[in-house]
Amino acid sequence: MPNVTYISHTGETTTIDVPVGTTVMENAIKNGIDGIVAECGGAMMCATCHVYVDPAFLDKLDPIGDEQEEMLGATAAERKSNSRLSCQIHMKPQLAGLIVRMPERQT
Amino acid sequence: MHPGVVIAGGGQAGLEAAAALRTLGYDGTVTLICEELHAPYQRPPLSKDFLIGKQEADSVFLRALAYYEKHRIDLILGDGVTEINRGARLVHLAGGGTVAYDQLILAVGARNRPLPVLGAEHTLYLRSLDEAVTLRQRLAEARHGVVVIGGGFIGLEVAAAARGAGKAVTVIEAAPRLMARAVSPLLSDFFLDVHRGQGADVLLNSAVVEVRPDCVTLTGGRRIEADLVVAGIGVVPNVELARDAGLDVSDGITVDEFLRTSDPYIFAIGDCAHHPRARLESVQNAVDQAKCVARAMMGNPAPYRDVPWFWTDQYEIRFQMVGLAAGYDQSVLRGSIEDRKFSVFYFKQGRLLAVDSVNRFGDHIAARKMLGAGTALTPEQAGDETVDLKRLITLNRS
Repeated sequence: MPNVTYISHTGETTTIDVPVGTTVMENAIKNGIDGIVAECGGAMMCATCHVYVDPAFLDKLDPIGDEQEEMLGATAAERKSNSRLSCQIHMKPQLAGLIVRMPERQT
Repeated sequence: MHPGVVIAGGGQAGLEAAAALRTLGYDGTVTLICEELHAPYQRPPLSKDFLIGKQEADSVFLRALAYYEKHRIDLILGDGVTEINRGARLVHLAGGGTVAYDQLILAVGARNRPLPVLGAEHTLYLRSLDEAVTLRQRLAEARHGVVVIGGGFIGLEVAAAARGAGKAVTVIEAAPRLMARAVSPLLSDFFLDVHRGQGADVLLNSAVVEVRPDCVTLTGGRRIEADLVVAGIGVVPNVELARDAGLDVSDGITVDEFLRTSDPYIFAIGDCAHHPRARLESVQNAVDQAKCVARAMMGNPAPYRDVPWFWTDQYEIRFQMVGLAAGYDQSVLRGSIEDRKFSVFYFKQGRLLAVDSVNRFGDHIAARKMLGAGTALTPEQAGDETVDLKRLITLNRS
């Protein structure tokens, strides 16, 4: 099973197995990883599962949809070119070893 | 050791209050008392993806159990608060225990309004995870038709799920239009078309007089065959605990703009709380009130002023609402109803109150920002698609 490494803004690093098809957000919640909040539960109504994706993986991600683009304009922390909503990152084999960094704040 | 904060109610409001206290650095004891045996979970998916089997129960929990331990949130499951002793500042639990508090947050939610007709015991409801598990099972088994009593958000989401699963669906609504409590007539008509277009039979101005295991009977005698009857006719806020403790209650537990009840040590948030502006039943309201009350407890009170927003998914329609349209005197359409991509902007004396969006995510997010920042928008601009709403917000900031 592919894994994903979550790095908190203070540098705390957690690597977990993430089943293909599930999202980076839901696995963070299930594994009790702080730094991803997901107030709306992945319905793309909030922007509290914001992550910065390691640049090495950017070209393997699906394109940012219109809704995600809008929602990324409402993040609490700075929006960067590698900002994504982790509820929209669905695990696939090409993303094995994915590294995401969590912003200092989600709300 | 100080007794700390006790939170009665393990819905999203209660959980978010506990989480917000820890995020803000509260160091005292936090006790979260959940009536259900489940740790706090999300309700929105229960009437959407969970119901149709696209989401499983293990993905609806708001936090992992490890979270509560790590953040020292004492989770009490399967026990409810039965009495508040305000003098001694402690709560009594159904299981016989007591928990002392410095400050108490009532996040006790609301319960389904029971269907007041003969045979109501044959009806299912949908609010809790357990109810959703039962409904999902019964929906999968239904062969002869599904009757949904109540054309509000829950009823229509259930109807959409049932139609999506290929069931014959009848929606029975007592009012002359759908979602009458929450949306304007234009949106009611739109959703009536959507549901009828998907093959649901929608009966307005209709009431059920009796439910039987195999059918429902309407006033006038018409019978509709059904092996599954679901009622979604609204909720009743749980005010009894507060009322019995002598707190002010009306339609909800009365709170001031800081979410404080008539007892300075007791706050109320979420579905059960009647804020001076309104009593709202939504994720946004639960989350933002939780944060507001946590700030107040940390000695940094600010009035609750967050802009309300809400969403519902029915078939391929994503419907998003922001603001409160009550009292509007002008509505302006932006986009195309025919294309099923439009927003309706509601104004009162030229001032923007609320925006409803159908498959227009950008409008919704722009409207949230405009209502939050008080950006000026004229009805003419709202109706003119060449006016870039995002640009208006940027101009307003500078």
